[in-house]
Amino acid sequence: MAVTGWIVVDNNYCKGCSLCVEACPQEVLALDMERLTPQGYHPAKMTQDKCTGCGICAVVCPDAAITVYREKPEKVTRR
Amino acid sequence: MVATAEVIYQRPESFTEVHTHYCPGCTHGVAHRLVAEVIDEMGLREKTIGVAPVGCSVFAYRYFKMDFVEAAHGRAPAMATGIKRVLPDRTVFTYQGDGDLASIGIAEIMHAAGRGENITVIFINNAIYGMTGGQMAPTTLEGMKTTSSPLGRDVKLAGYPIRMAELLSNMDGSAYIVRRSMHNAANVRKSKKAIRLAFEAQERGLGFSLVELLSSCPTNWKLTPQEALDFVGEKMVPVFPLGDYKVHPTLENLKV
Ligand SMILES: Cc1ncc(C[n+]2csc(CCOP(=O)(O)OP(=O)(O)O)c2C)c(N)n1
Ligand code: SF4
Ligand code: SF4
Ligand code: SF4
Repeated sequence: MAVTGWIVVDNNYCKGCSLCVEACPQEVLALDMERLTPQGYHPAKMTQDKCTGCGICAVVCPDAAITVYREKPEKVTRR
Repeated sequence: MVATAEVIYQRPESFTEVHTHYCPGCTHGVAHRLVAEVIDEMGLREKTIGVAPVGCSVFAYRYFKMDFVEAAHGRAPAMATGIKRVLPDRTVFTYQGDGDLASIGIAEIMHAAGRGENITVIFINNAIYGMTGGQMAPTTLEGMKTTSSPLGRDVKLAGYPIRMAELLSNMDGSAYIVRRSMHNAANVRKSKKAIRLAFEAQERGLGFSLVELLSSCPTNWKLTPQEALDFVGEKMVPVFPLGDYKVHPTLENLKV
């Protein structure tokens, strides 16, 4: 299956609280232990391509750090 | 397959580009975001005036891209009253913690509701004084350990948790009084809808509106952010039942 959704985490806002990691029903998020944000936190990142673009991570994020995208087919058949 | 990217969710326009000083995982940030989203959706940003409290959210005016004033501890409803009466065309809301609203400011909130002031109150109940280091609040649960109740709240000594939504719903001037929680995505969505209805109440001139939001304080509860959300769902909700305590008939069938 092709990717249908993805997220972008803004490292200026993310505080590495992990709430999005815990909430994601697809379990595609994790904290990036290799990187630090300007504020000194390990930011959330996507680990695999199974994101559905459901938006749950953004709904629970206390720092409005997440932008959620979804692939929009030219002829809308899904949803 | 040809496909374009559709934005499902993005940071609200009513937010500034400042990162907040809140602790990681603190749901003050969720409540801020919901207020900003509702103000965006209703197109109220240019005419809204927020009133910030004393408490962890003392710097709320830095995070919302709109007019804001700062009240003395507990006095936000009094300040909002003055602003709304002088500028009735503006949308006026206060944002207050449980120490601010239910302790030092309990007189102001009761009278604002009693007078039916046409303002909206976002009430953050995290069962503790966050800013000052985790002291007992009027909303602290029985048996809950805080820095000023190190053995747990003893109700014989310190009294019982105060349920503000229930109290305020008994005031004739109140139009919309509900309690919601922010401990998971489904409840966050319900919280947002309630905030929307509270602002709708004000826009329709129906009177005093308040949304009590059960909120977390991972730092002073000494829990991880997720454990703190679980504490809200498992321990706070039974003491502070979620529900609609008063809904003006005009709002009952409103589709938002
Ligand atoms: C007149 C006055 N009395 C006491 C204080 C100390 N004080 C600052 S914040 C606070 C309580 C904050 O708790 P709450 O309203 O629950 O907000 P939170 O920090 O938990 O978000 C107190 C007692 C003060 N700043 N001004
Ligand atoms: S949009 Fe849904 S599936 Fe995608 S990362 Fe967020 S919570 Fe997970
Ligand atoms: S919920 Fe937000 S702040 Fe917390 S880790 Fe995820 S993106 Fe970062
Ligand atoms: S002390 Fe508690 S209420 Fe204050 S910002 Fe930190 S977690 Fe939030």
